[in-house]
Amino acid sequence: MNHTSPTQSSLFQSQSPLFHLISYLTGLVFAIGLGISGMVDPAKVIGFLDITSLDRWNPALLWVMCGAIGVFGISQIAGRKLAKPLAAPNWNHIPARGASIPIPVIIGNIMFGIGWGLAGYCPGPAFVSLATLSKEPIIFVLSMIVGFLVFEAASQLQVFKRLF
Amino acid sequence: MSPDFSDLNPEAIAQAEAAAVPFWSWFFSPASLFGGVIIGVAASLLYFGNGRIAGISGITGKLFGQCIPFPQHLQESFRAGEWTWRLLFLLGLVSGGIFLIEILPEYSPKDSPASPALLIVAGLLVGVGTRLGWGCTSGHGVCGIGRMSPRSLFSTAIFMAAGFVTVALMRSF
Repeated sequence: MNHTSPTQSSLFQSQSPLFHLISYLTGLVFAIGLGISGMVDPAKVIGFLDITSLDRWNPALLWVMCGAIGVFGISQIAGRKLAKPLAAPNWNHIPARGASIPIPVIIGNIMFGIGWGLAGYCPGPAFVSLATLSKEPIIFVLSMIVGFLVFEAASQLQVFKRLF
Repeated sequence: MSPDFSDLNPEAIAQAEAAAVPFWSWFFSPASLFGGVIIGVAASLLYFGNGRIAGISGITGKLFGQCIPFPQHLQESFRAGEWTWRLLFLLGLVSGGIFLIEILPEYSPKDSPASPALLIVAGLLVGVGTRLGWGCTSGHGVCGIGRMSPRSLFSTAIFMAAGFVTVALMRSF
């Protein structure tokens, strides 16, 4: 999406100050929610993913999903008649009803699940944990950023299209 | 008449306390539910405020992707200024971490039990996997399922299943 006119267009301003304020506040509130929910405790996340024994399984994170999906789902139903968002000229996302799931996407989901199980970090809690300045989140986040860049390089070279 | 405490020893007190915990408390976690509600509020704020999906891997992945000279579509969005709000979102996440440490220390982030080598492997897998898989726990698991997207439901089932298998394999070694 690019709604800026050529005269306005710059490296720094395509969105309004309100858009930027909402972006910052969303990150802040999201992180507090991740903290209170326990998602920022990798041992707890691994406990949730450990279904080898009912004694060890920690169902707490099931409730995180319930709360988050519930609130977001209800807000989607309540706000479905809105013509446009508060601080942007239009909605900007892919349609919820996609026809198919390409094989590379499934491979990506599996790679993410393995990494999540190994470390107990998914992207949000990993960035939030940077605030502790511990070596664990720093090592993980730096590797994840390298992963992001590897993905961009590989898609530029059309590696995934050739592989799958 | 006052009760007689003479026969109470620490073991008896611990047993009484264990019996007093409701049977469902291992299953229900009010803090997790409340934290989930806050996450839902944040995702709704970004959606109805800015018209964007709060997918953390997409927002941060594109932010860092914009730092390199490819691919073309990210270069265009970089020149259009589509990186400042992503950077602010990321700063918001880290500020939230500082808030937790300073104001709510009992909910502050804990370190991963994984070794540095494992963290590197996991980070690479999560970085490539979330971008290749079109999302992570927030984009697919919360927003996608909240919008009743069959694709996100399927993707969430796949990455959770991969997580279950991974932890089960780690347990067996």
